[in-house]
Amino acid sequence: MAHAVEHAPGHDEHGHHEQTFWQKYVFSTDHKMIAMQYMFTGMFMALIGGFFAYVFRMQNAFPGIEVPGFGMVTPTDYNMLVTQHGTIMIFWVAMPVLVAAFGNYLIPLMVGCDDMVFPRLNRLSYQIFLLSALVLIAGFFVPGGGFGGAWTAYPPLSAVGNYNLTQLGSSFWVVAVALEFVAFLLGGINFITTAMNSRAPGMKLYDIPIVVWTIVIASILFMASVGPLIAGAIMLLFDQNIGTGFFDPGKGGDPVLWQHLFWFFGHPEVYVVLLPALGIVAEIICVFSRKKMFAYRTVLYTMFATGILSFTVWAHHQFISGIDPRMANVFTITTLLISVPIAEMCFVYIATLYKGSITLSTPMLWALGFLATFLIGGVTGIYLGTAGSDIYFHDTYFVLAHFHYTFFPIAIIGTYAGVTMWYPKMFGRMLDETLGKIHFWLTIIPFNCIFIPLFFLGLWGEHRRIYSYELFDELWKYQGIRQFATISLVIMLSAQLIFIWNFFKSLKSGALAGPNPYNANTLEWQCPSPPPHGNFKELPNCYRGPYEYSHPDRKEDFWPQNLPA
Amino acid sequence: MTPIATSRSAAGLPTGTLAVWWLLASEIVIFGGVLCSYIMHRLSHDWWAAEAAHTNQYIGLFNTFVLLTSSLSAVLAHAAAERGDGRLAARRLWYTIGGGATFLLVKTYEWSVEIGEGFTISSSGFWQFYYTAAGIHASHVIAGMIAMAVVAKDAAKGKFLHRVENAGIYWHFVDLVWIFLFPLLYIAK
Repeated sequence: MAHAVEHAPGHDEHGHHEQTFWQKYVFSTDHKMIAMQYMFTGMFMALIGGFFAYVFRMQNAFPGIEVPGFGMVTPTDYNMLVTQHGTIMIFWVAMPVLVAAFGNYLIPLMVGCDDMVFPRLNRLSYQIFLLSALVLIAGFFVPGGGFGGAWTAYPPLSAVGNYNLTQLGSSFWVVAVALEFVAFLLGGINFITTAMNSRAPGMKLYDIPIVVWTIVIASILFMASVGPLIAGAIMLLFDQNIGTGFFDPGKGGDPVLWQHLFWFFGHPEVYVVLLPALGIVAEIICVFSRKKMFAYRTVLYTMFATGILSFTVWAHHQFISGIDPRMANVFTITTLLISVPIAEMCFVYIATLYKGSITLSTPMLWALGFLATFLIGGVTGIYLGTAGSDIYFHDTYFVLAHFHYTFFPIAIIGTYAGVTMWYPKMFGRMLDETLGKIHFWLTIIPFNCIFIPLFFLGLWGEHRRIYSYELFDELWKYQGIRQFATISLVIMLSAQLIFIWNFFKSLKSGALAGPNPYNANTLEWQCPSPPPHGNFKELPNCYRGPYEYSHPDRKEDFWPQNLPA
Repeated sequence: MTPIATSRSAAGLPTGTLAVWWLLASEIVIFGGVLCSYIMHRLSHDWWAAEAAHTNQYIGLFNTFVLLTSSLSAVLAHAAAERGDGRLAARRLWYTIGGGATFLLVKTYEWSVEIGEGFTISSSGFWQFYYTAAGIHASHVIAGMIAMAVVAKDAAKGKFLHRVENAGIYWHFVDLVWIFLFPLLYIAK
């Protein structure tokens, strides 16, 4: 079979003349640079979100103290901090890093082409995203302060300036969120089109690495779910500023409408970020157990099923919002159903590990840590998906702990897994393994110390978003547990300095990685590290699936996708 | 410089066309959100029908006619582009843009009259949906006109003729949304 060999463009044109700083780092259209922009912006936002968590947890554990680095926390500050912590961590950390950064970096490399199909659209996507982040941060400094009506922004609290006392701040919040959605819609169209149209010759649908599939399915889910909330954001903005009453019962509106619009997006959004994390974990598990992915096609069908089901579960967030109890029954059933495909994915990963030749490297530790912690998040979700028990648990710390047991593995553990896995490809050098392992244990143990106690506080009836428990006699006696959780948080946040140190130290002094340090199969490992502009010297053809490890007919235990048979 | 990725076509559709279809998929859910919210409210508020009676059906009908006709010239532009006649394609695209402009002008007149009569966006539940849904639609009309002007400018020089079809697909979608909006906002009583 003679495939026409396409020569990658760009080497000659771009190799010889130096690009200016602005061309190279700010207005680049190269997918790898845009991925870095997304990643570093996301990590910067994570610092803000983490700092906010530290401040309000300090107030929670030691009410009334001067929090080092912030000062006195007023009740208004407290509301603003918890609101913005949630908003930032989901929309400006999980989304840009997991979907946008890894999507941009991995999709063109893994499908074997030289860039995204629309490089300038890609740049626009990042620029709008950056603008949205700036609008969000600017919202903290307007008169009245940042929006403090919880990250779900339920009206009428979010719609009426007299209630939330942050007339301007809440409008900034809505505009920032809407802009961010536009950025990811543009990015998502790019991801989907690239994966559909620009695959290497010979790469059939079942030869695409799982992580590319997950990011593409996540982009489709995002695209199909975010529209109503964009419409809702426009309506909320009008309610706030020009006197309409979409969500105001006094004017013929309905506050529950916002909850529907929000959660119709909000629940698929969980899977939008979960799927890329699952994809990253799948790649790592295959590489470090030297085994073929167990049941590749089943995993794919499972992801489709998850995606479709995720559109039918949203009202489980609204069991106490006055929805029809018959509807609550329906949503209980769909919610319990969706745990089946996700559980299946976990079993498939464990089956992939079974009898593999496992290396407990840092990325592998993160991947296994993901499975273990996400399992707890998933199982506790069953209690909340069931209307009967959710009526008791709603808005307690049980919900909060459950939520963090799903999102922390996704947004933090999944990101660390991905960054430690592809760091050699991104920067051409290896991370320090010892520091990486210390960082792993100092993150995962304090994480469990923070949130397992919060499950119990929730079971005992502790309501979330309370400024101080001093006046609640029956809850104040648990203050020691809150302090334990907060101290664990401080330890966990401090441990992140190890990662930052490791990251920047290894940029300079890490061992050179070479193109394929893990002997992996997928196409991104078949080009130089870091890949030059245009990625491949000669664009690859694809001859087989991505997970042909330990094939009995071969001497080596790996079989890159681009090697002719 | 255009990467190789842009010219590949593993799915069998040109990249631009594929992307426009995905763009439409995302737009459908935006309008779907607005329209579902409207329909559910409308069903539970009988008295909105009395408000809706104040809309001008004849103007709405005329605008429907204008938009549908403008779609015809978009199709003819595509046919011209298929034959490689960029100049004709560009001229026909400009007819479509003219249709869009007529639509917006009539809409401006219609809204001025209604606002003059005291029906503003904050008047009642019906009017807030009326202005919001039609306003979001109008912003899509403007976006489509700008896109077609850019495409027409290139097409006149014989460049990027495949984009004529993509601009047309988008314009048909803008039409289609109006076909939903017209009966829901003007006719339903």
